[in-house]
Amino acid sequence: MIVYAARRAALAVLVVAGVIVLTFVIARVVPGDPAATWAGPHASAAQVAAARRFLGLDRPAAVQLLAYFGGIAAGTWGVSVHTHQPVLSDIATVAPASLELVLAALVIALVTGVPLGLLSARRPGRPLDHGIRAVSILGVSMPIFWMALILQLVFAQRLRLLPAAGEFSPGLLFTHPLARHTGFDVIDALITGNWQMLGSTLGHLLLPAIVVAAYPAGLIARIVRAQVLDTIGETHVQMVRALGFPERAVFGRFAMKLAWNPVAATLALVFGYSLVNTFLVEDVFDWPGLGSYAAASISTLDTPAILGVTLFIALVYVVANLVVDIVQAALDPRIRLR
Amino acid sequence: MIEAPTPMPAAASRLPRGQALRRGLAANPLLVAGGAGAVLIVAVAVFAPVLAPFPGDAGTATHPFLVLRPPSAQHWLGTDNVGRDVLSRVLYGARISPLIAVIVLLIACAIGLPLGLAAGYFGGWLDEVIMRVTDIFLAFPPLLLALALAAVLPASLTTVVIAIAATWWPWYTRLVRGQAASVAGRPYIESCRALGISRRKIIGRHILPNAVTPLIVQMSLDVGGVILTASALSFLGLGAQDPTPDWGLMVSEGQSYFTTAWWVVTFPGIAILFTAFAFNLLGDGLRDLLDPRRTFLR
Repeated sequence: MIVYAARRAALAVLVVAGVIVLTFVIARVVPGDPAATWAGPHASAAQVAAARRFLGLDRPAAVQLLAYFGGIAAGTWGVSVHTHQPVLSDIATVAPASLELVLAALVIALVTGVPLGLLSARRPGRPLDHGIRAVSILGVSMPIFWMALILQLVFAQRLRLLPAAGEFSPGLLFTHPLARHTGFDVIDALITGNWQMLGSTLGHLLLPAIVVAAYPAGLIARIVRAQVLDTIGETHVQMVRALGFPERAVFGRFAMKLAWNPVAATLALVFGYSLVNTFLVEDVFDWPGLGSYAAASISTLDTPAILGVTLFIALVYVVANLVVDIVQAALDPRIRLR
Repeated sequence: MIEAPTPMPAAASRLPRGQALRRGLAANPLLVAGGAGAVLIVAVAVFAPVLAPFPGDAGTATHPFLVLRPPSAQHWLGTDNVGRDVLSRVLYGARISPLIAVIVLLIACAIGLPLGLAAGYFGGWLDEVIMRVTDIFLAFPPLLLALALAAVLPASLTTVVIAIAATWWPWYTRLVRGQAASVAGRPYIESCRALGISRRKIIGRHILPNAVTPLIVQMSLDVGGVILTASALSFLGLGAQDPTPDWGLMVSEGQSYFTTAWWVVTFPGIAILFTAFAFNLLGDGLRDLLDPRRTFLR
């Protein structure tokens, strides 16, 4: 088991090194001149040259790559052309809001996707099954930036059921100020017993989380259905059936048991996808997370910031997959032998 | 677009071919619906100049006195912020998204297929090198790498194609490699080698055909994903530029007027959803039909 975990970790380190090189290569492809952007629109030639020296762009590519690795190891991840702050400190400021949004979305995706998948597998080929499959395929076909706008229009602007944007009602900052402990608003409100704020944060979280949940929910429903259908014919499940367990238990407890493993793998996968999908949603809901930061960096052509966010999400994604691999191997000894 | 590709043997059925196909279609109404939707989209793309009430509005035309008109008898889907007919632009948009998807998938296939065949057939260090590079590309969520590439390249539809194709090929390399590796060690390939048949012939005649069916299924499953990715890039301003009637760009442009003029955003978005939905239904149904382990006919 330890050998397996160590081998996976070593491979992950190699992949991360490759990811860093690839982001560096993408940065070198950039047609514009980062030094000119850095120095500003009215800079003289000498100022641009100074900026180029300062940014290290006058050195050979190999030296720059080493410096880039060094900067990542030292924890600055380059300096944002736009905010002039180290990219990593920018990311640390905005990441909790996005993680909160993505985790909420994955919870929604699980509590809708798993029951839908089970229900669909109950009578394959029947109208209910076709209906649920159509809905789950609709979920993975959703242009979520559009869904965000539509839900905002319908539920916030027309029906006035939910707030349109932001993380909480700004007025509460005066009456019920939020004490920062973890950086996650919902958790901070919960542990400090700030119920007013908790209600407000949850209300604000709901619409964007539903939008981000569309894709993972559809995917999870499809995977649960496929897995359960694969295992329902196996002898141990037949046995449970013959013993007279109700169908609910046969599906929900025994057939589903084998489906949790692929669902866990899917969660690691969609965790990364959903972080990227926040790029398309946060801006609409004025959610101050990675997505808004990335969208702002894209519109200002802030290459170090874009690559920093890219690198950060790729790292999170690699680590999430590594964790799931190891947990799966711990739960299922057959995987270790592959 | 993200399910791990699994090896898929070709449909083995005891029924005569036509009958099996008819039954397969009857048991799979979603496939029929997806197919019909896809045909409709292609038809709209082909006949857009005939169907569109104001073909000029798909281009540079502007009508300062018709700005942001709600849906009416004359403009069924209303007009946009420079007075162009939304219906005409949505219809012309059918010429862009599916075409981008086809080009992206062909490029991804042209890169992924030979690399996968080489890695799977030859094995050894070549396999290691190709697959480790593939792993690095797969360490990015697909939209992320496409976004990073599109962000550093000048915004255009060509950039969209390059960015997505560069993200997509590793999936096909991995899929084809798995297929090729699984047959490369079989006795009949050994005997081909013993008979002195050239490598090119072995790969082309005996390895490649085993990889084609799963590859086609995966590509049909990916059309919807590529369309969504392309429209997302255009939404972020990294892809199509005005006056191109790209659906993602139309949603993005309508965003500022959305609270008062809902139609500018709503209809192009429905077009994206409909197209991605139709192709995803089609791909999903094709997989069911070609993968006997997943059919309902047993």
